[in-house]
Amino acid sequence: MLPVVFRDAFLEGVRKIDELIEHASIEGDVAKIDASRLNHKEVNDLMRECVLKGAKKLILKNVCGQRYIGTRLHLPEGKKVEIEIYGTPGNDLGAFLDGHRIVLHGNAQDGVGNTMNDGEIVVEGRAGDVVAMAMRGGKIFIRDDVGYRTAIHMKQYMDKIPVLVVGGTSQDFLGEYMAGGMVILLGLTLEKLKHRAYYIGTGMHGGVIYLRGEVEKYQLGKEVGVVDMEEEDWKTLEKHVGEFSSYFGYDADEILAEKFMKLLPLTKRPYGRIYTY
Amino acid sequence: MKFKTHLLPEFIVKRDEDRCTRCKVCVKQCPFGVHSYDEENDRIISREELCVGCQRCVVYCPENALIVEPYPGGYRPNEYWTGEYIRDIKKQSESGGVILTSTGAQRRLKIYWDHILLNASQVTNPSIDPLREPMELRTFLGRKPDALEIEYEGEDVKIKTELYPNLLIETPILFAGMSYGAISYNAFKSLAMAAKEFGTLFNTGEGGLPREMREEFKDCTIVQCASGRFGVDPEYLNSAAAIEIKIGQGAKPGIGGHLPGEKVSADISATRMIPEGTDALSPAPHHDIYSIEDLSMLIYALKEATNYEKPVCVKIAAVHNVAAIASGIVRAGADIVAIDGFRGGTGATPKIMREHVGIPVELALAAVDQRLREERIRHKCSIIVGGGIRCAADVAKAVALGADAVYIGTAALIALGCTMCQRCHTGKCAWGICTQDPKLSKRLNPKVGAQRLVNLLRGWSLELKDVLGGMGINAIESLRGNRDHLRGVGLEEWELEVLGIKGAGE
Ligand code: SF4
Ligand code: SF4
Repeated sequence: MLPVVFRDAFLEGVRKIDELIEHASIEGDVAKIDASRLNHKEVNDLMRECVLKGAKKLILKNVCGQRYIGTRLHLPEGKKVEIEIYGTPGNDLGAFLDGHRIVLHGNAQDGVGNTMNDGEIVVEGRAGDVVAMAMRGGKIFIRDDVGYRTAIHMKQYMDKIPVLVVGGTSQDFLGEYMAGGMVILLGLTLEKLKHRAYYIGTGMHGGVIYLRGEVEKYQLGKEVGVVDMEEEDWKTLEKHVGEFSSYFGYDADEILAEKFMKLLPLTKRPYGRIYTY
Repeated sequence: MKFKTHLLPEFIVKRDEDRCTRCKVCVKQCPFGVHSYDEENDRIISREELCVGCQRCVVYCPENALIVEPYPGGYRPNEYWTGEYIRDIKKQSESGGVILTSTGAQRRLKIYWDHILLNASQVTNPSIDPLREPMELRTFLGRKPDALEIEYEGEDVKIKTELYPNLLIETPILFAGMSYGAISYNAFKSLAMAAKEFGTLFNTGEGGLPREMREEFKDCTIVQCASGRFGVDPEYLNSAAAIEIKIGQGAKPGIGGHLPGEKVSADISATRMIPEGTDALSPAPHHDIYSIEDLSMLIYALKEATNYEKPVCVKIAAVHNVAAIASGIVRAGADIVAIDGFRGGTGATPKIMREHVGIPVELALAAVDQRLREERIRHKCSIIVGGGIRCAADVAKAVALGADAVYIGTAALIALGCTMCQRCHTGKCAWGICTQDPKLSKRLNPKVGAQRLVNLLRGWSLELKDVLGGMGINAIESLRGNRDHLRGVGLEEWELEVLGIKGAGE
């Protein structure tokens, strides 16, 4: 028999809410939480408690590695709140986010906006891998670069169209399997405006990617094509780049003065013809 | 290039001309266009090469005039180059494609259920008569505490330990994940209604849960979160009794899914939240899960999204090393591990995956249960097994091998009318099950379907009680992992060892 070794690192040592409440202070409808001595679940327990107590805005200080910030706020009456974060949150920031607004004064780790449903995430820094994975609605603005596997299987339905704006560039597998939504990559961190990601849009069958600057044909998946920018596209870009610029102090006109590439899937049905009955 | 097909028909249609009244029922019933009425000669003719052997016309012919049977002709008998291999090669030489099929693996391979026999009491401990004595089939699914602390309050006993969320089911049988999209709305609804009536659960598969069903069925629904994340939003997750992360499926381990665009109708698109007519592609892996660590992250993301109110299940296909994988899954925080065996069915899969990938669920189950016991974490999760459970005896054997409950998919569809014609992927199911064609799906009335399913659950549950009584056991709990009640016949030493059972006579 092996010795019993079972650790539930995630739940271990989680304290009860009445022991945690001292880490929060609520004034009016603003709650301040000091996250420095709290683990993943405790932060979210406390956030939920504060919101249930009436807070409409949460300010989180000293965040360091805590995951799922914002995920536990699927609230019965559909209440929406604003979350301001100082520090570096852990993975899955705003996963399954349900309409809240998150502003992060710092960098984010992996999984920002994973399967996010609605709301907004603004990151004043960079973000790790799998940003906006399976995102279904809402907006994400990342000031600098993002990692690998960005916007995989993003999707859309009717007028629910998710938007991801990345100020810098992305690593490989951007927009893989993308089924809807919009990704805008501005390349502001690049010296020469040449994106380095490979496998862009492999298996893409919906949505659109706008790239400021250039990519070579061999960097694209074989399911995407480059099409000309039209009037409508510029209008769309103006709107989202405008918003991006207002958050991070850029000049939108300057950004939009560069060349943009528009990538679209070649078909809604990339794998329709490989089967026999 | 167009070819003259070299394929032989798979079925022949025999019509008794004396009985046939030319009522044309078969013409209307067949979705594959086999029968047609020849006005000139006033007779019904059949194009047998189109027939898939679904038996719809046979059942609905009011005069019993039809027999549909396997094509008696064929190639020179050859044990090696069987008709099936020859047929598949010809098919591919004409199309150049991957052979697509549906349902579960059909190839000849030892069926372990059939080599395992159940025990009964004789003399030394009395059997129990289930007709007179209470028999407990009730099952709780989810993580159990390491120890239970209780408190006495006068006459009352209270549990002091904080318990994990568990699911209560009245019989250890649940309906396996089958998506709205793969199956029709009426089939989907039948499963939901039956689960609700009988006190068990149905599973949405990965196609989402239609909004109008959420309130009514929230206590008997397991919602799936698969690699395509179709229809997955916080409301969906919160409108269920439990959440299942689907990693793999017995019928197609290691590959993704693909609901062709033509099946993505307006209703399906609303439930999956993707535009009409696009292919619904589920990637092979979840692209946010490349390790047990990552899996753990999604498990807790789902728990966070549902306020830790629901157990999270992780479903995998039975593959090599399944025991080690299951251990990792439990350690990652899953409350339930579902194992889908080699025989598990599907609405569409490449034949090569269905027939050649994965391992029999009996061996996988025994290995997983054993491993979790050895690691002393068996109580941290419940085990559900599925993949070809055909009868109550299979259920009893699965429980004795260590399962807490079983998933039934194929058996449930057979109860609804399915005849295992293996044409689900064509979307033309004559029985209104695997189709989105409104003319076909209305053949299945959810009320009637639910009743058939409830009857099946009732019949199997009664049989389970009989078997338990015969063993002198009065609760399914006491059979769980009780391999002493199993004996093997016709099994090799290594097989007995993996199964953890003795040979018959020992
Ligand atoms: S396909 Fe079905 S309904 Fe059509 S002829 Fe064959 S058995 Fe009858
Ligand atoms: S569900 Fe329908 S199409 Fe699929 S095997 Fe059964 S009868 Fe055939």
